[in-house]
Amino acid sequence: MLFYLFATLAILSAAYMVLTRNLLYAGFSLLVTLLSVAGIYVLLYADFVAVTQLMVYVGGVLVLILFGIMLSSRVHDKSVLSESVNKVWGVVVTGFILVGLSYTILNANISALPWLQAAGTDVLGQQKSTVQRVGIKLMTDFVVPFELASLLLLIALIGAAYIATDKPKV
Amino acid sequence: MMQIPLEHILILSAVLFSLGILAVITKRHAVVVLMGIELIFNAANLNLVAFSRHDPSLLQGQLFSLFVMVVAAAEAAVALAIVLRVYQYFRTANLNEIVSKENN
Repeated sequence: MLFYLFATLAILSAAYMVLTRNLLYAGFSLLVTLLSVAGIYVLLYADFVAVTQLMVYVGGVLVLILFGIMLSSRVHDKSVLSESVNKVWGVVVTGFILVGLSYTILNANISALPWLQAAGTDVLGQQKSTVQRVGIKLMTDFVVPFELASLLLLIALIGAAYIATDKPKV
Repeated sequence: MMQIPLEHILILSAVLFSLGILAVITKRHAVVVLMGIELIFNAANLNLVAFSRHDPSLLQGQLFSLFVMVVAAAEAAVALAIVLRVYQYFRTANLNEIVSKENN
């Protein structure tokens, strides 16, 4: 089944991202993780979110991260390798979080929640695309967060450009 | 097509979240810490989209995940600009070395 293929791919590449010491390999395995998550979005009837994931994460954030790696380390040098620290504590904390979350999820009996029972699960699958709905929602119910997001992006653009430019030493 | 059980999606996002936490804790290169944070954002988005499947008329989960992506993009841009400045100043992007150089 397609979902389990994507899920295995996402988990394996995320684990490789954590385990590898080479920064570039970590960046490219993050690419595989993001692509698999986009595939899972398509399977969950979220086509617009999947396309946005491809454009924003794979096309934007990941390219930025690769630029950051290449500008902050020399590729044939030791600086492209990053050592791991706190291995024991990291694994312990992560194990606790993972076990706790899994235990909660498996015991919460989520499928029996009243509002999940009330909502027909496959209603979203009947329609062709969510793009029109998302657009209408963005222009009606969510118009304030939408405008705030545009303001935030403008601020981030100006701020990032200002921080990254070389200023003459005073 | 068979319905994907909600629990499986939640478990997948829990695993991705834990791996992101592990990357943030164990890695000392600033860019890899950022990659771990992106992984955590993706796990959260996966949960939102998974529950949005059962919310056919409102699509609130999908819209929330869109806004999370916007904030994540802005965060990545600013954070990488800061990392580049720090690298130009300290000649290293390793967090431990930055801290020890700061203390000297």
